[in-house]
Amino acid sequence: MKRAGFSTKWLPILLLLPQLLIIAIFFYWPALHAVTSSFYLQDPFGFGQTFVGLENYTHLAASVEYLKVAKFTVLFTVLVTFFSLALALLFAVKADKVLRGAKTYRTLLMWVYAVAPPVAGFIGLLMFNQTWGPLSELFKFFGWDFTLGVNYFDTAFAMTVVSVWKQVPVNFIFFLSGLQSIPRSVREAALLDNRSGTRRFWDITFPLLAPTGFFLLITNITYSLFETFGVIDTINKGEPGNNPMTLVYKVFVDGFRGNDLGGSSAQSVILMILVLALTVFQFRLIERRIHYT
Amino acid sequence: MTDISAHAHAIAQTRKRSWFKLETVVDHAILIFGSLLMLLPLLIMLQTVTTPDLETMKFGPTLTIGTELDDNFRKAMFEASGFSGQNTGMNMLKNSLILGIGFAVGKIVIGMMAAYAIVYFRLRFATLAFWLIFTTLLLPLEVRILPSYEIVQQLGMMNTYQGLIIPLIASATATFFFRQFFRSVPEELIEAARIDGAGPIKFFIDILVPLSQTMIAAMFIIMFVYGWNQYLWPTMITTDENMYTLVRGIKQIVQTLEGNNIPEYGRANMLALIAILPPVLVVIFFQSWFVKGLTESDK
Repeated sequence: MKRAGFSTKWLPILLLLPQLLIIAIFFYWPALHAVTSSFYLQDPFGFGQTFVGLENYTHLAASVEYLKVAKFTVLFTVLVTFFSLALALLFAVKADKVLRGAKTYRTLLMWVYAVAPPVAGFIGLLMFNQTWGPLSELFKFFGWDFTLGVNYFDTAFAMTVVSVWKQVPVNFIFFLSGLQSIPRSVREAALLDNRSGTRRFWDITFPLLAPTGFFLLITNITYSLFETFGVIDTINKGEPGNNPMTLVYKVFVDGFRGNDLGGSSAQSVILMILVLALTVFQFRLIERRIHYT
Repeated sequence: MTDISAHAHAIAQTRKRSWFKLETVVDHAILIFGSLLMLLPLLIMLQTVTTPDLETMKFGPTLTIGTELDDNFRKAMFEASGFSGQNTGMNMLKNSLILGIGFAVGKIVIGMMAAYAIVYFRLRFATLAFWLIFTTLLLPLEVRILPSYEIVQQLGMMNTYQGLIIPLIASATATFFFRQFFRSVPEELIEAARIDGAGPIKFFIDILVPLSQTMIAAMFIIMFVYGWNQYLWPTMITTDENMYTLVRGIKQIVQTLEGNNIPEYGRANMLALIAILPPVLVVIFFQSWFVKGLTESDK
């Protein structure tokens, strides 16, 4: 708050009201509702509900299918996060370094930011098309008969590639702006101390980029968990069947299609706890960040 | 002695120069590879929208540019698929624009108002309001999707623009962004305004809003792209084909590629391109604002 703030009583309340009203109705109420209904078993035909305690949770823990989805989600998250960060860092370092065409490269490497995840999934369907997709052709050349939507591994592979493709630009933008904020004096001092570009990168640039990297790590994990929904839904063509899916996708399938509201809510609550843990972790890192810069 | 060192220096210079050149080539090669990786799918889509569907089905994407562009554009924009016959490309484009712009404007207006109240007023429950608002940053819509859907259903907002837009506004990204910015505005400004006798409303409209122009533009771009690209929420809220956005309609577009004898690749790719272009163009043309807004808001 500003020291010389206004002291009108009614105006700030009026200004805050729309925001508070919207978050009360569309944030707090649904979040609370998800928590409470995770302790109930809903009648599939809408005839009331019975309190079942933690049964929805124990049911999940014992479900082979849920554990399979959870395992896939973890693996998927690790792969997408690692590859989109690594590729973006490589491109950002190079784009920061070249003198010619830096602006063109920047534009070419970042426009995919604005492509919606399901549209990226649609592009994936084209690229991995079984009869003529350019990427399936490439794999066929190496003897890999790529069957999207039929083979579990192939489908998971396509999902990962498309999700990485979609996420590289965001990371690129952040890494590049992180690189550009490293003071010229630091770079010059490093150049005097050390001739080797590789060593300079690992000793000076990389540690200075660490705060951006930590921040992006959390963002990428959240992206892989939640925002890839569109990619997965399009590549599965809306019919998951035996194809891979993530935890968020399962919340949607069980709750919306399967009408298992209690089970779906319990899954939501598990995801909420996961996100809260990630955010707390992130805030602690941001606090530590101050010491870096 | 000086001779030797000068000589060594010269050698180092030449070595450095030639090595430097190779390194530059490698740098450019990596960047060109990356750019192509991003661009290739777009080129393939551009090729298929000019090609007759039969050819695409037989040969896949080729290097030739066909003559079917007009026809595919007409089919995509004005011919409807689905049961109702109402979700033409034009109609979906309209809905996408309403969602993108409505979401961006709503979020900015509500966010600025709330941030102004928090930063510039002495308010007893300011801290409470702050925490209530900023807790919403913690949980994305995806984890509370079903209860949110039920509430919208109970409020009778299914298949309406309000039902589509307002629940998406229920997070504090814009409020947080404007709060950070308002706090960086010099204290002297409000003191001067008060001495001149400006009230809170006048100060907000005549001084703070003009001062925030760049911030508003940056936020608008980010929020427009975010709103335009929404998928899960519109999938649940709009069951009426008349209300489909381009991005929400993509699943139906994919399904039309499955059923027909000759899949309509031209039409499908055209619709996907129209779904891609507006947000991409906005991001490219307002690049510096967009990058500034993105890197400053998300931290």
